[in-house]
Amino acid sequence: MTAEALGFAAVAVVLLASSLGVVLTPNLFHAVLYLAVALVATGVVFLLLDAPFLFGVQLLLYAGGVVTIVVFAIMLTERLVGASIRQASRYLVNGALVSAAVFVGVVGFLVQMAPTGPRPAWSGDLTAAVGRALVGAFAVPFELLGVLLVIALVGALYFARSEG
Amino acid sequence: MPLGAYLILAALLFAIGLFGVLTRRNAVGILLGIELMLNAVNINLVAFGRFHADLSGMIFALFTIAITVAEVAVGLAIVIVIFRVRRTIEADHLDLLRG
Repeated sequence: MTAEALGFAAVAVVLLASSLGVVLTPNLFHAVLYLAVALVATGVVFLLLDAPFLFGVQLLLYAGGVVTIVVFAIMLTERLVGASIRQASRYLVNGALVSAAVFVGVVGFLVQMAPTGPRPAWSGDLTAAVGRALVGAFAVPFELLGVLLVIALVGALYFARSEG
Repeated sequence: MPLGAYLILAALLFAIGLFGVLTRRNAVGILLGIELMLNAVNINLVAFGRFHADLSGMIFALFTIAITVAEVAVGLAIVIVIFRVRRTIEADHLDLLRG
């Protein structure tokens, strides 16, 4: 077993276990903490795929930003201690059946398609290449993304502003 | 690791997230499931980009990450507004638009 395979197996176990924690734990606050672990593990998967810049973005935006605002939303809508934060799930059997069907469908397609081929060598600095592409071929979508972020944040502020 | 291993990991993550979306009662819990599903998509994008030596996959992953953050911000703002009006964020009780 190579070091990469070992790292992949370890991060896959952590990722799947923590995402099961996100969907199964009855305490909503614990679910968010599990989500933070799952997001960091996803970032490590990006590292294994030679994308350290995406790892940084994942840590800053997801593990930093998203988890923080979700915690704030929980604090505003639930009491952090006591029974109200406990949440029940429903349709467990139906949900498991549908999810398993989707998984089997995707894996069946993968088996048919049989993605093979070695990982091609990557030369040069990936982060620099991403930066050049963002102001080159992808400049217009990149600017549009900036506009979208401003619109979304102003919209969120408008929704959540205090009355009066 | 071959490409298939990453794709199967992403498919598992997607299925777990879908399970969360389908079974959670709490609106914030549903949003957490959506986060997991979007993460699975990002893994797929980066894996395909890496194994085809194509930068576009990673750029797309960057875009989806940014859009997801915007989506979470708007979604949670809506959740807070719903909580103000209805005093609950149980998805089953949010039937304001039921005819």
